[in-house]
Amino acid sequence: MQVTRSSPASRAAAVIGLLIVIGLVAAPWWAGRADLRLMGEIFLYVSLATLWNLLAGYAGLVSVGQQAYVGFGGYAFFALTMLAGIPILLALPLAAVAGALVAIPVATLIFRLRGAYFAIGTWVVAEVFRLIAAQTPALGGGSGASLSADIVKTLADSRDLREAIAFWLALGVMILTVGAAFLILRSRRGLALTAIRDNELAARSLGIDIWRTKFFVYVVTAGMTSLVGGLIFLQKLRISPDAAFSANDWTAFVIFIVVIGGIGTLEGPILGTLIFFALRETMAELGTIYLIALGVVAIAVMLKAPTGLWGLIRARTGAELFPLSRRVTGLAPMSRK
Amino acid sequence: MEWVNAVLQGTLLGGLYALFAAGLSLIFGVMRLVNIAHGDLIVLAAYLGLTIAVGLGIHPLLALAIVVPVMAALGYALQRGILNRTMGDDILPPLLVTFGLSVIIQNALLMGFSADPQKLQAGDLETASLTAGGLTIGVLPFLMFATSVAVIGGLQWMFYHTALGRAFRATSDRQDVAQLMGLNRAHVFGLAMALSLAVTGIAGVFLGIRTSFDPSIGGSRLIFGFEAVIIGGLGNLWGTLAGGVIIGIAQAVGGQIHPSLQLLAGHIVFLVILAVRPRGLFPKMEG
Amino acid sequence: MPDPVLSLSDLDARYGDFQALYGVTAHVEPGEVVAMIGANGAGKTTLMRSIAGLIRNAPEAIRWKGQAIGRLRADQVAALGIALVPEGRLLFPSLSVEENLVIGGQLKRPGPWNLSRVYDLFPILQERRNQQSTSLSGGQQQMVAIGRALMSNPELILMDEISLGLAPVIIKQIYEALPGIVGQGMSAIIVEQDIAKALSVSARVYCLQEGRISLEGRSDSVSRDAISRAYFGM
Repeated sequence: MQVTRSSPASRAAAVIGLLIVIGLVAAPWWAGRADLRLMGEIFLYVSLATLWNLLAGYAGLVSVGQQAYVGFGGYAFFALTMLAGIPILLALPLAAVAGALVAIPVATLIFRLRGAYFAIGTWVVAEVFRLIAAQTPALGGGSGASLSADIVKTLADSRDLREAIAFWLALGVMILTVGAAFLILRSRRGLALTAIRDNELAARSLGIDIWRTKFFVYVVTAGMTSLVGGLIFLQKLRISPDAAFSANDWTAFVIFIVVIGGIGTLEGPILGTLIFFALRETMAELGTIYLIALGVVAIAVMLKAPTGLWGLIRARTGAELFPLSRRVTGLAPMSRK
Repeated sequence: MEWVNAVLQGTLLGGLYALFAAGLSLIFGVMRLVNIAHGDLIVLAAYLGLTIAVGLGIHPLLALAIVVPVMAALGYALQRGILNRTMGDDILPPLLVTFGLSVIIQNALLMGFSADPQKLQAGDLETASLTAGGLTIGVLPFLMFATSVAVIGGLQWMFYHTALGRAFRATSDRQDVAQLMGLNRAHVFGLAMALSLAVTGIAGVFLGIRTSFDPSIGGSRLIFGFEAVIIGGLGNLWGTLAGGVIIGIAQAVGGQIHPSLQLLAGHIVFLVILAVRPRGLFPKMEG
Repeated sequence: MPDPVLSLSDLDARYGDFQALYGVTAHVEPGEVVAMIGANGAGKTTLMRSIAGLIRNAPEAIRWKGQAIGRLRADQVAALGIALVPEGRLLFPSLSVEENLVIGGQLKRPGPWNLSRVYDLFPILQERRNQQSTSLSGGQQQMVAIGRALMSNPELILMDEISLGLAPVIIKQIYEALPGIVGQGMSAIIVEQDIAKALSVSARVYCLQEGRISLEGRSDSVSRDAISRAYFGM
C-alpha cells in the first residue's frame, strides 16, 4: 500500500505545464508586442488571484483591501527607483520585502477584527494607504508620477527587449506565486491551513496555532502582492493614487475571478483568469455592463455552485492538476475483524 | 473659537455617520451579517431621493416619505431573495455576495446617472443658521443630528420594548430556538434588513443634501459607518452614535489643521482606538 | 383506540452524512404521556428535534392528526401546537425571564395557558420576572423553559431531559408540577435518563437503542429485565 499525492492527471498536467512554460518563455520570439502585453497582464492577474485565494480560500482571511499592497508595491517600486536610484531588478524584490514588513504591524492591528469585520478593516487600510500616497509630494501627490525614460532605459536599450523582460518578469512572478502557493499548501503550515478552513475548533484542539498560521499567510501574501504591484506599474510606467489603489481593478476583478474559477482550489484562479480575459477581450466595449454582468455571475456562482467552475469540473471528473490531496493506492481489500 | 467650532461641526457631522452605521449595526446584531454593499445602498437612496425630488418637484425631505418605504421593501426583498441563501456558519458567502452587490449597484448607478456629481437641493434650509455666543450652527446640520439621535433612540426603544425587538433579540441569541417559538427566521431577517435599509434611506437623503455625491462614494461611507460601529462597540447603538461623533470630530479637527488631513485623521483615530481598545469603547456583545 | 395525534412511521433522521434514526415508528394518543428512554447517543434528542421541525425529514414520516408534517419548518410545526422544551433549556440570554415567557406565547394560540397561570405554577418566576434569564439557577431556568413552551398552548409538549443537571429536590418539584401541566388534554413525550421517574409519570414507554425502537410497552407493566435488554441491547 502506498500513499501518494500524484495521479495520472496531475502527472500529465506537470508535463504539459512544463511544455507550456517553455513555449511561453520563448514567446518574445513568436508573439507580437500587443500579445506579449496581454499575456503579461494575464500572468499578473493569475498571481493576484492565486494570492487572494490563498488568503480567503485557504486561510479564511477574506480581504477586500488587497489593493493596499498592489498600490504599496507600485509606490515602493517607484520610490526605490526614482528617489533612491536603485536598479529596477533589485527594486522589485525590495518592494516585496517592504510590503511584507508593512504587513506586520497592519496584521497585528486588523487581526483584532473578527470574521467579516476583518474584511472591512482591510478596506480601511487600503484607504489609509491611498490617502498617504496622495499626500506624498515626492511621489507626485494626488496626480501621481511617471517613471522617467532614463530609468526605464536601464532595463534594456531596445524597446523590444524591455517588453520581453517585463514579460519574463510577469511570467516568473506567476510561476513563483503559483509555486509558492503550491508549496505552502503542501507544507505542514498548509495542512494546518486546510485544517483551520475545515474546522477552526478542531484545528485548535490539535494544537495548531491559528493566529500564527494566519499571520504568516497574510504577511507572505502581502509581500508577494507588493511584488506584483511593482511589476504592474513597471508595465504601466505611470502611477497615481487612484490607479494604484483601485478597488475595482485589484480587488473586485480578482475576487470575481477566484469565485467564478473556484475558491479554495489552486486551479480555480487560473481558470477564472482565463475566462475573465476571454470575456474582457470580447465584451470590453460594453464597459460598466461588463462589471455588472461579472458581479451577477459571481453571485450566481456563489449561491448555486460555491466551489466554482473548477469545483464542478472536479466533481464530474475527479481531476486535480496540482497534486495536493493524498490518495491511497495499492490498498488490498481487508476483511473486517 | 475656530477649534470649538470645528468640534461642534464635527459632532453634527458625526450624527450623519451614526446614521450610516446604525443600519450596519442593526443587521450585525440580529444576524451577524456584514453588508459590504451598505455604502452603495446609501448612495442608491440618495439617487432615489434625487429622482423623486426632481421628478415630482418636491423638497428632498418630503421625498423621504417615498424613499424610506421603497428602501425598506428593497431590503426585505434582498434578504429573502438573495441574502438568506448565504446565511450560515461560513462567512465567505455573505461577504462575497454583498461585495458583488456593491459592484453591481455602483455600476448600475454609473450607467443610469453617469459619474457627474449630483446634489439634492434643499433651498433656504441649506443656508439658514442660528448664532449663539459667537458660534454658528446651521439649521440643517442641527436638524440632521437631531434626526440621528431620534432614529437611534427609536431603534433602541424598538429593540428593548416591542415584540419585534424581542423577536430580533431572540433570533440573535439562538436562531433555532427562536424558530421553535414560531418565529420564521427568514422573515425576521427580512424585517431586520428592511429596517436597516429604511434607516439607510434617511441617511442617503441627508448625505445628498449635505454634500455632492457620485456613484463611487459608497465605499468610503461604508467605512465611516463601520468605524463608528467598531469604535462604539458591537451591538451598542448609543455607542455607535458616540463612535460616529468621534469620527466626525476627528475629521473636522484634522481638516482644521490641514484640509488634506480631514479623511486621514478619522481613519487614524479609528486605528488608534482599535490598537488600544480592540473591542471598542462600549462593547456589549462578542464579535 | 382513538386516532393518535402524532404518528411516526419509518422515520430515518440524518445529521448531515450521519444517520441517527432508523425506521422509527411510534405514536402518541390524545392526552397521553409517553416516555422515551434510551442510553446517551441512542437518538432521543434527534427524535425530539425531528418532531419539532429542527431537522427536516421525509414529509410522510411524521404525521400530525393525519397531516404529513415531516418537511415543515420548526415555526410551522410550532404553529400546529407542538412545543419543545429543548435539552439544555436554551433560554434566550438577552431576554428577561418574563420576555422569555412572552415570546413563547407569541403565536397567540388560544388555550388555558398565559403568564399568570405559568406564574401560579412556578411562583418563583414571578419574583424573578425582570431578571436576565441567565442569572437564574438551573432549576429556575428549567421552569422558564417549561413555561415558555406552555405559553404557546401546545397540544403536544416534548420535554427533552428536563431533569438533566438539576438537584434531586428541584427535580422532584418539577415532576410534582407535571400533572398540573399534562392531563388536561395535552399530550406529552418525556425524554428522561431516570427510568423510574419516566415510568412513574407516563402511560406508555418506548426505548431507543442506536437509533431504533427496541421496546414499546405499558409503563406500569413493562419488566425491568425487558428494559435493560432494550437499553443495552443484551
